[in-house]
Amino acid sequence: MKFGVIVFPGSNCDLDVYYLVRDILKKEVEYIRHDAKTIGHSDLIILPGGFSYGDYLRSGAIARFSPIMAAVADFAAHGGLVLGICNGFQVLTEAGMLPGALYRNNHRQFRCEQVYIRVENAKLPFTGAAKRGDLLKLPIAHGDGNYYVPPDQLTELETNGQIIFRYTDQNGAVKAEANPNGSLGNIAGACNRAGNVAGLMPHPERAGTNALGSEDGLVIFNSIISYLQSREVA
Amino acid sequence: MVLDPQGVAVENSLIALGYKNVHKVRVGKYIELILTAENREDAAIQVEEMARRLLSNPVIEDFSCTLQEAGV
Repeated sequence: MKFGVIVFPGSNCDLDVYYLVRDILKKEVEYIRHDAKTIGHSDLIILPGGFSYGDYLRSGAIARFSPIMAAVADFAAHGGLVLGICNGFQVLTEAGMLPGALYRNNHRQFRCEQVYIRVENAKLPFTGAAKRGDLLKLPIAHGDGNYYVPPDQLTELETNGQIIFRYTDQNGAVKAEANPNGSLGNIAGACNRAGNVAGLMPHPERAGTNALGSEDGLVIFNSIISYLQSREVA
Repeated sequence: MVLDPQGVAVENSLIALGYKNVHKVRVGKYIELILTAENREDAAIQVEEMARRLLSNPVIEDFSCTLQEAGV
């Protein structure tokens, strides 16, 4: 089982993902450059957080045309798992691989803090180790996390279970005060229709050990590992 | 139409300066580019394609283009 981490110019959470996978999860991991044409033998692709290409024009807008993105899209089209974290989520929405868009936080501030997110769909490769309604305490660090999707599409996402996580207070209540960026419906993470491409604004890779304040991020990574293992057996 | 946080900040500032008639401010982007084209029509086709694919995000933004002939 091998994790592949895409490295764009300006990615800065690539190392966090690499560290978590190699040193905490004890799995194989490799960096894949933005200008590579193939993703090699990775079983899962992670698009990490950061400020790819300086986030010029719009967050993720330029990165999504990197040479590697054609290979990532092809991998996803064949059922491969792709997870976008923070800037990676923005890249995936810009690429049209995930619905909606992420724009400026409604209060215009860059927010760097711990938040709680609630698992809305626990039947995905990214959430199988959780139960619906479970709360995860994860850090956020972003200025453009305000998720938007047109109203008709929002209904569709809700019907299809494509909303994976919502921001809540520490008791699991979806409230405006618990929303760190103005995101529609407190949405913190979403996936594509098939459920193999997902994105979220919080950073599970920075919550893999209690030394960093929380190990709730492991829920997501352990879900992925279980899913890939069951697929290997099958 | 999506909320424009920058526009709201500017609107509040204008109102604070006494411009009480201001009701709605939106802040956008202005992109200027020079390109070669066979004619105006060709230029418009090229620019609109660029605007659709990269310069704007249709989920949250609209765009319009104007053309001007550059000196040779």
